[in-house]
Amino acid sequence: MKIKLFAIAALGAFATACASTPPVDDTPPMRDPDPIVEPDDTGPVDTGPGYQLGSTEHFVEAAGDRVFFGLDRSDLSDEARMTLRRQAAWLASYPGARILVAGNCDERGTREYNLALGARRANAARTYLISQGVDPSRISTTSYGKERPTCTQSSETCWAVNRNSTTTLVGGYTN
Amino acid sequence: MTRILVLFAALLALIGWSAASDAQEPLRVDVTQGNLDPMPIAVPDFVGASNEALRRGADITRVVANDLASSGLFTPVDQDAFIEDIANIDLRPRFSDWRVINADALLVGSVTIQEDGRLVVGFRLWDTRLEEQLLGLQYRTAPENWRRVAHRLADAVYERLTGETGYFNTRIVYVSEGRGIEGEPIRQLALMDQDGANPSFLTDRSYMALLPNYSPSAQEITYVSFLDGQATTYLYNLETGRQEALFASGGAGAASQVDPDGQSLSARFSPDGSELAVSIETRSGHDIHLFDLQTRNLQRLTQHPADDVEPSFAPDGERIVFSSARGGGSQLYVMNRDGSDVQRITFGSGRYTTPVWSPRGDLIAFTKQVGGQFLLGVVRADGSGIERILYEGYFVDTPAWSPNGRVLLFTRGEARSNGTRYEIWSVDLAGFNLRRLATGGMASDPAWSPLIE
Repeated sequence: MKIKLFAIAALGAFATACASTPPVDDTPPMRDPDPIVEPDDTGPVDTGPGYQLGSTEHFVEAAGDRVFFGLDRSDLSDEARMTLRRQAAWLASYPGARILVAGNCDERGTREYNLALGARRANAARTYLISQGVDPSRISTTSYGKERPTCTQSSETCWAVNRNSTTTLVGGYTN
Repeated sequence: MTRILVLFAALLALIGWSAASDAQEPLRVDVTQGNLDPMPIAVPDFVGASNEALRRGADITRVVANDLASSGLFTPVDQDAFIEDIANIDLRPRFSDWRVINADALLVGSVTIQEDGRLVVGFRLWDTRLEEQLLGLQYRTAPENWRRVAHRLADAVYERLTGETGYFNTRIVYVSEGRGIEGEPIRQLALMDQDGANPSFLTDRSYMALLPNYSPSAQEITYVSFLDGQATTYLYNLETGRQEALFASGGAGAASQVDPDGQSLSARFSPDGSELAVSIETRSGHDIHLFDLQTRNLQRLTQHPADDVEPSFAPDGERIVFSSARGGGSQLYVMNRDGSDVQRITFGSGRYTTPVWSPRGDLIAFTKQVGGQFLLGVVRADGSGIERILYEGYFVDTPAWSPNGRVLLFTRGEARSNGTRYEIWSVDLAGFNLRRLATGGMASDPAWSPLIE
């Protein structure tokens, strides 16, 4: 999502650059002086976030859906706690929302070991969310072990990204 | 008698194979040592009275020769080198013709198609130096079972020449891996003969299936299914195709402790097939449980806050090996079948996982992860002695024993530019004869069936 927003911002910047007066030099005149489409009012500029409040996009932007873990670890870093506190705060604003917390692992471990490690990561996130006031009945957990990597290359950068727990809204949110 | 044979095999290993041949001792292949000098065996196409019989004879010959070669203990002699043309298997071969092309053993056979369509496959195994028949057998079967007969025949030859039970008439269930159109992971259970023939899928692409294990009857498997959104132990009947999720939460006894959110992992059968050992997640972590398939009673065997996973029965059913992080990093532990007398059996640095008890009882195979590498090893079940490493590489997982405990299948991964590539490989107990299993595409998690009757 971050990438998408960035892309929109970049597109905006590009449009602005095109609209500005070209520098005076001896470049040939523009080839098409007669626009086929008449310019029209595009309406007021949307200053909103670009997503619906209470939606998955809102959750991801406002709180962050992923927290990362160290190699072979399932304890929460300060940064992970901060993200989870934001998730808890968001969930407090949308009391109808239910979540699935899924634990993920890098591929540098055996299959069953990683299923257990992923469960540990999901439970660490769940326990912290509960300590931050989220009702346990709103949280379900699962472990995908190393089976659903977000990054599929065999590199340390990829493996670090794949060591996470990912929170997904699964009900009671704005579509 | 067995003891004498073993002693004799050990003796042969000491003096070497060729010396044994020169000394005019009976043919014997030693499976316990790394075999860098496989026994040359001549396998002429089986004879027959009709074109159909000849064709089938050639098919059977190919399967038998391939089985024997795959063990690494035999080298089929090139058929182009043959001098004598075998026309009748009931006549004594001209042994000098076979000795001169260095064929220590000669396997001749015939195929007869009966009036009712059934096949009769007969064979004779000869020692070309002693000029003696070692074995002569005949199989009668429905024509579609010709591959089974070929594998049984190869097993009989292997058994006669090594003194060990064969493993060619077996099947392998494994996970066929891939990625879908949107990059989603595909993990389907697949079944094939040990030599890669007759492949078929057991599950579809709509959910992930992992970590299969065979029942001692070869009629059922357990596996881990994501059909319900998270890892759940399933029982799958290979005869009927019926499957069911085990360990529903909220049942009686230990089942009342099973968290609805808790996963259940790979389940292994007890040697008599009546029980499963399995790791089930509770709120306090993963613990080893025993599940009675008849009474459906679930019993908790370990209660440690650390994860206890990957249980595997000893062949006598009295002990269970599992991996646990209770000592800090993951190591291997053995306990009684009631959960008592837990003993740690590995002490090396690195992470030990995937213990599997050998069908012979003496060894436990494992994966060890250390220094960025993965190792496949075996250690004595009582933890004594030193561990033996059979393979070392970029990635290793899920070792599986051949039914005779002489060969291991395992998942092997190699780093590629587009991610890790997984294949199933086999290696013998001495760390020799490393071979890729004939699966189409990426494959992992092999489970080796018992010998099929």
